[in-house]
Amino acid sequence: MADVTFTVNGKSLQAPAGTLLIDACKRSGIEIPAFCYYEGLALQAACRMCLVEVEKAPKLLAGCTLPVAEGMVVHTESPAVVKARKTTLEFLLTNHPLDCPVCDKGGECELQDMVFRYGAGESRFTEIKHHVDEKQWSPVVYFDAPRCILCYRCVRICDEGLGVKALGVTNRGAYAEITPNKGDHLECDECGSCIDICPVGALTSGIYRYQTRPWEMEHVGTICTHCSNGCKTTLGVKNDQIIRGNNRDRSGINGEFLCVKGRYAFDFVGHAERLQSPLMRVDGKLVEVSWSKALAHVAQKFSEIKAAGGKFGVIGSEHTTNEENFYLQKFARQGLGTPHIDHRRSGDVPALLDAVSGKSGALATTADLYNAKAVLIIGSDLSQQHPFLAYQIRSDARHHQAKIFTVTEGPVREDKVAAKKVRAAAGEQLAAVMGLAEDLRAAGDLVVVFGDSIQGSAVGELVSFIDSLGVPAKYVCLVDYANSRGALDMGLAPHLGPGYHAAAQTGMSLSEMLADATLDALWVVGSNPLKSAKLASEKAFVVVQELFLTETAQRADVVLPAASAYEKSGTVTNVCGEAQRLRKAVSVMGAKADLDIFGLLARGMRLDLGQAAPDKVFEEIRTSVHGYNVPLPVIATGGAAMTAPVNGRLPAAAQPPAIQSARDSLFTSGSLGRYSKVLKTVLEAPGGLYKP
Amino acid sequence: MNPSLLHDAPHPAETIVLGKRFRLPNSRSIDTYLANDGYQAFMKASKMTPDEIINEVKTSNLRGRGGAGFPTGMKWSFVPKQSPKPKYIVVNGDESEPGTCKDRVLIQYDPHQLIEGILIAGMSVDAHRGWIYIRGEYRYLIDIMDKAISEAYARGWLGKNIQGTGFDFELSTHTGAGAYECGEESALLESLEGKRGVPRIRPPFPAVSGAFQCPTILNNVETFAAVPGILQMGGQAWADLGIPKAGGTKLTCLTGHVNRPGVYELALGFPVRRMLEEVGGGIRGGKKLKAMIPGGSSCPILTGEEAWELNMDYDSMAKVKTMLGSGGVVIMDEDTDMVKAALRIIRFYQHESCGWCIPCREGTLWLKKLLTRLDEGVGTVQDIDLVGDLADNMLGRTFCPLGDAAAMPMMSIVRKFRHEFEAKLAQKSVSMAGLPQLVSING
Repeated sequence: MADVTFTVNGKSLQAPAGTLLIDACKRSGIEIPAFCYYEGLALQAACRMCLVEVEKAPKLLAGCTLPVAEGMVVHTESPAVVKARKTTLEFLLTNHPLDCPVCDKGGECELQDMVFRYGAGESRFTEIKHHVDEKQWSPVVYFDAPRCILCYRCVRICDEGLGVKALGVTNRGAYAEITPNKGDHLECDECGSCIDICPVGALTSGIYRYQTRPWEMEHVGTICTHCSNGCKTTLGVKNDQIIRGNNRDRSGINGEFLCVKGRYAFDFVGHAERLQSPLMRVDGKLVEVSWSKALAHVAQKFSEIKAAGGKFGVIGSEHTTNEENFYLQKFARQGLGTPHIDHRRSGDVPALLDAVSGKSGALATTADLYNAKAVLIIGSDLSQQHPFLAYQIRSDARHHQAKIFTVTEGPVREDKVAAKKVRAAAGEQLAAVMGLAEDLRAAGDLVVVFGDSIQGSAVGELVSFIDSLGVPAKYVCLVDYANSRGALDMGLAPHLGPGYHAAAQTGMSLSEMLADATLDALWVVGSNPLKSAKLASEKAFVVVQELFLTETAQRADVVLPAASAYEKSGTVTNVCGEAQRLRKAVSVMGAKADLDIFGLLARGMRLDLGQAAPDKVFEEIRTSVHGYNVPLPVIATGGAAMTAPVNGRLPAAAQPPAIQSARDSLFTSGSLGRYSKVLKTVLEAPGGLYKP
Repeated sequence: MNPSLLHDAPHPAETIVLGKRFRLPNSRSIDTYLANDGYQAFMKASKMTPDEIINEVKTSNLRGRGGAGFPTGMKWSFVPKQSPKPKYIVVNGDESEPGTCKDRVLIQYDPHQLIEGILIAGMSVDAHRGWIYIRGEYRYLIDIMDKAISEAYARGWLGKNIQGTGFDFELSTHTGAGAYECGEESALLESLEGKRGVPRIRPPFPAVSGAFQCPTILNNVETFAAVPGILQMGGQAWADLGIPKAGGTKLTCLTGHVNRPGVYELALGFPVRRMLEEVGGGIRGGKKLKAMIPGGSSCPILTGEEAWELNMDYDSMAKVKTMLGSGGVVIMDEDTDMVKAALRIIRFYQHESCGWCIPCREGTLWLKKLLTRLDEGVGTVQDIDLVGDLADNMLGRTFCPLGDAAAMPMMSIVRKFRHEFEAKLAQKSVSMAGLPQLVSING
C-alpha cells in the first residue's frame, strides 16, 4: 500500500497506509507501551496502556488498533497521555500484589518496568486487595491469579499460535480469571508459551519457579538438541546448572517459539543415571575406569583389529555436531580404513536431492513455511513431531491465509487450518496427493513437507508430479533429530561421503553391520541401535560413546561418557538444511565431547586426522563439504545459514536403506527423552494430553 | 407474572402511537394485531423499494431508542448493498439499564409490532434472518415472544414467501445469560455467536461486519417497534409528533419517588415539569425534587433545579451535559441519601463490568470499595475527591461505554452533592478520642 505521512511527537514519519500506529512508531524508534498488544496475535485494545493523543480526536485513542492516516498528528508522551498511563497503572496495581521481591518475574516484568517509568510513588489505594490462591494447572504451569493483569496474551498464543485453545476466561469484572478450558488443569502441549508471553508473574514455570532471580543467570543461546527443527533456545545457567530454557529475545529462526522439549527437557543433562566415568568390561562386567585407561584400551584394540585387517562398523549419531560427524567419518574411512559407516535414517534426503537435481532453490527454509502461499503436508503429524514447522504453517495460514493441505494417516492438528484434508495409509499417500492436483495448481507457490511415507522412488514420483503442476515448489524432507540432516550432509552413509559425493568404497548399512556375524569391532557414537535389534557378531569389540547406559551401551566393551549438545560447541543442521551454532552452556564432570574423544583416540592410534577442535573442523567443513561454505558471521552471531547441498544426480545406494521415523510425540525424544523427568511427569500427569 | 407497568388508561398528555394496542384485550395475539392495522405497514413496505423504506425512516427523524440516539435511517443506509454476504437483523432486547422498563412493555403487550418492524427492516436491506436477543432475566417475555413468532409462522407472516410478497424471513429469539454488558451491541453479537460477552473492536461497525461477520442492522426493541407506525402514518407525520431532529414519541419509564410511576408514551420534547406534575402526579408525599436521572443510571445526574425546566429530548439533555438515554427516568425526592444512591449505582456497574479492559474492571471495584466506606462515614475529605478523580480517570479511556456509564454518574453526583458526602463524614467520623491505647511504644 502507498505510504502515508503523519507526525508523531513533532517528527514526520512515513508508513504504508493501514499500518497500526503502534507498529509504525516502533519502527521509528518511538515506543508506545502496551500489555495486551502482541505482534502477530489478534488485537484486543484491552489494556488501554497504548492510549495516545491524536489531534482533532475527542478523546485518547488506542494506538494498537489505530491505522495511521495521512496528516495524522499524534502525541505519545503528552501530559494527557502520561497521566492516562499513570492512572491505568494505578488501577492495575489495585489488585496486583506487590510481591515483586519473591516473584519469578521480578527484574524482567513488563508491569514492573512500566510502573518504574510512569507509576506514582505513592499508593492511593487503601482498600483490601482481591485475593485468589495460587493454582497448579500442570506439572509445568502454575497460575497466580492476583498477579494477572488480563492481557489475554496467554489465551491468544494458545489458541492462535499453538492451535490448542487450552485457556479461556471465567467470571466477570475484577474477578475475571484466566482458566483452563478443562476447568482445573491443562490438557495441552505443555509448551509453556503462555508462561513466556505473560508480561507479569501470573503464569510461572514449574521448573524454574523460585530457583533464581533473572539477573543471576548467564544466558546461553544454543540450539535445542531434541527434534530436527533446530529451534534456538536460550538457556539460563546458574552455578553450572541449566535452570531455564526460553527464547524471549526472539533470536533464531523460531522467534520465541519453543515446545515442551526446547523449554524444559534440558533436565536430562543432570539426570542421576548420567554416565560420568568411562566403563570397561572386566570379567564380563562393566566397571568404572579412568579416562586414560579406557582410551588406551580402545586405541590399542582398534589398532590391533586394524592391523589384523579386521572388519570395523561405525554407527554415528543424529544428535552430535557436524564437526563430530565429519571427524567421525574421516576417522572411519581414513583412520580405520573401513567403508562401513552409517547412522539411523529417518528421512530420505538423498532421494529428494537426487529428484530436485538441476533445480535451484528447491529446498525450503523454515521461513519459507511461513511465507508460502500453500503448504502440502504428507504423512506426518507435524504438531507432534515437528512442532516448530507446524507453528510456522499455522502462522502462515493465520497471517497470510495460506492454503494448507494435509495428506495423513490419521487426524492431525493442521486439519483445523487446512483447505483440504485427505486420509490415506502410508502406501497410498502419493496417490492421494495426485488427487489434489487441481487444488494444488490453483493454490500455487507451494512448499511440500513429507515424512518417511515417501521414500525411495516415491520421492522422484512426487517431485515429477509437483513439476507437472507448473507451480513453483520447494521441499522439506522430514528427519527426526537435531542433527539427522547434518549426519547425512557429513557423509555418515555407506555410499555417500561428505556433501553427498560418492564414497570411495560402498560399505555396509547399519542393519547389515548389525547382522554381520564376522564384524570385529563396532563403534557406536550417540545412538542406540541395539534397542530394537541384536548384534549378530558375538566377538565384536563394541565401543559406545553415550550419555546413559542404554541398551547398546550395556553390550559395550568400553563405554565412554559423552557430553550432550548443551555441553559443547559446534554446529548442527536442521531439517531444512539451516546450519546453526551450538554454544556450550554447562559442563558435566567426567563427560567429554565426542569430538574430544575422537581426537584423543586418534592420538592414541597415532593417526593424523587434523586437530579435533570445533572451529578447526568447521573450517575444514566449510572448505571441503559441498554447500557448507556458509558465511561465518551469520553462524558466529547465532544466526541460521542455509546450506546448499550438491545440485546434481546422486549415486544410488547398493540396497535401499531402511528409513523409518521414530514417530516421537511432543513428549518423547528417543533415548534422550527417557531421561527427562519433565517429559515423564507431563506424560504421567492426571488428565489426558491434547489431541486434535 | 410481572406486575403491570401500564395504568388502565393512558394519561391525556400521552401521545399514543406505539402503545395503541397495549390496552386491547388479548393484545399480544396475532388476531388482535391483525384486526388493528397489524402487518399493514409491512404490506405497504412490500410495494416500496428498499431505498424508499430507508428514506421514509430517515424522514421520520427516528433516533435509536437504546440510549445513544443515533439516527436509525442513516444506520440502515450504512449496510453495504453490494455485499455478497447474507445480511442480518438483530434486535437488542437486553434491556438492563437500571430504571428502564420499556422494551418489556413492548414485547409483553404487542410482540407482533416488533416482528413487523423487523420484517420491514429486513426488506430495506435484503436481510432474511433475524434474532431477537432478550435478556435471560426476562424469562416470561421470551415465552411471549416465542409464541408470537410461532403464530406469525403459522399465519404466514414469517417464513418463505411471506403473504405472497416473495419475501422470506426467518426469526427466532436468543437468550442472554445475565450480563448488562451484552446490551452493548458488539458484546451482544459476541454473545449471540455463542462466545463470551465482551465488546468488539470497532470499526468495523455492525452495519458492515456484525453477526457472524456479516452486515447487520442492530437496533433496540423500541426502535424496531416504531417502524410500522412510521410506514403507516408516513415519515413526515411521525416526525411532526416530536421536535425537529428528533421525531416521534418515546416510551418513558417514570420510576422513583413520583405518585404515579409507570411507562408513558410521550412525544419527544415533552417538558420535564409536565411529566412530573401532570403525568407522574407530582413528587411522592408532596416533597421536593432533589435529583433526577433522565435516561437510565448511566446518565449524569441532574439536580432538581436543573431538571425542572428541561424538555425530554436528545439536544436539551445534551445542553446540560447529560443524556436522554434509554428513557429510564429516576426521580429522587429530598429525603434521598445521595451517597447511598451513588453506592447503589456503582455496585451495579462493578457487578456488571465484564472485565475486558483495565480502567473499568479495576476502577468500578475501587469506587465500590471507596463508596462503601464513605457511606459508612469512614474516610477523609480526600476520599471524596478521589471518587471524582477515579471516575475521571476512567472516563473516555475504557474499551466500551460501560466505563463511561459508571464514571459519569459518579462524577456528577460528587460534584453536585458533595455536601452530602461531607456531612456524612462529619456526622459519623470515627473518633480516636477516648479509645484505649493499643500499643505503648515507650513502655
